[in-house]
Amino acid sequence: MAALFAHRLQLSAIVASVVLLGSIVELVRKHRLQEAYSLLWLSFGVVFVVFSVWRSGLELFAHLLGIAYAPAALFLLLLIAIFLILIQFSIVVSRLSESNRALAQELALLREELRRATRAPNDAAP
Amino acid sequence: MSEQHVRIAVIIPAFNEAASIAETIADAASLALDQELVVVNDGSRDATSSIARATGRATVLDLPVNLGIGGAVQTGFRYAARAGHDIVVQFDGDGQHVAAEIERLIAPIRAQQADVVIGSRFVERGSSPGAFRSTRSRRLGIRLLALANWLLAGRWVRDSTSGFRAYNREAVAFLADRYPADYPEPEALVLLGRNGFRLVEVPVVMRERQGGRSSIAGLRSAHYMIKVLLAMLMTALRPAVRR
Repeated sequence: MAALFAHRLQLSAIVASVVLLGSIVELVRKHRLQEAYSLLWLSFGVVFVVFSVWRSGLELFAHLLGIAYAPAALFLLLLIAIFLILIQFSIVVSRLSESNRALAQELALLREELRRATRAPNDAAP
Repeated sequence: MSEQHVRIAVIIPAFNEAASIAETIADAASLALDQELVVVNDGSRDATSSIARATGRATVLDLPVNLGIGGAVQTGFRYAARAGHDIVVQFDGDGQHVAAEIERLIAPIRAQQADVVIGSRFVERGSSPGAFRSTRSRRLGIRLLALANWLLAGRWVRDSTSGFRAYNREAVAFLADRYPADYPEPEALVLLGRNGFRLVEVPVVMRERQGGRSSIAGLRSAHYMIKVLLAMLMTALRPAVRR
């Protein structure tokens, strides 16, 4: 009974990680996620697929890190994945706000240049 | 720089200042200098832009979104850097700054004794009735910023949050690309100090705030201090990019 339960758990782990990996690939394929930002997701997706298929691999990994309880190693991996992806998000957001600021400023300057070039009378701003 | 041909840009950042912008423009336009007033409308939702335009005495730059004071002032720097003004004056649109003090502010730049001049409420100037009064905690905060500025950039500026400033051409070109974003005044001083710009502080009279509240009042001030000190420290940790 216990063996069957472990078997079912492994099966759902495999299904879940394959679905995760598949969805990431699908998002990139449909251009909804850029390759550059999919790298971290893809690598961790692969890691989870590998460890759900190769259970003793997870135990080996846990042993190498001195973690007594193998599933805890999985949580550790998950946390690392989330941390890295969130840091990447913060970097991307910072870069976007930086370029957003430059674009807004350039737009204000161009509007003024255009207004002068066309010699339009006082046009109220929106 | 010959006295006759000094072209000055007065940058007036304005966010929802419809009530006071016309008066600010009239005040700044009254100077007997060759000044271009540049109102940077920081995505106001009121009539700030149209009122400023209707005066016919100011160039109005309309930002499509609200960038905050740093982004607005930087827009003015970019404008002045391209238009080739000799001196840029930063002048708040909320009625705190007095245009009559601009001559005093730009004097050290005209005399080529400074690259950046900060109009200070603290530097002694006789027993001026306009002397700045403030709460104890705010004074403490400003002292702390001055100390941080001295430790990080080796410059002693007492009123490091003052937004009444003048810059020469070189400083404007420098800041057009690098002006800090959120609460820029103290951070900009570290940046300028570490990059070898000469900072001079001159005493000026400022009015009591007309309407609105200081962007650094109330419960937000602790958050402000932490954020500004962090930004100053980070600026100091970056290598100098000039000189």
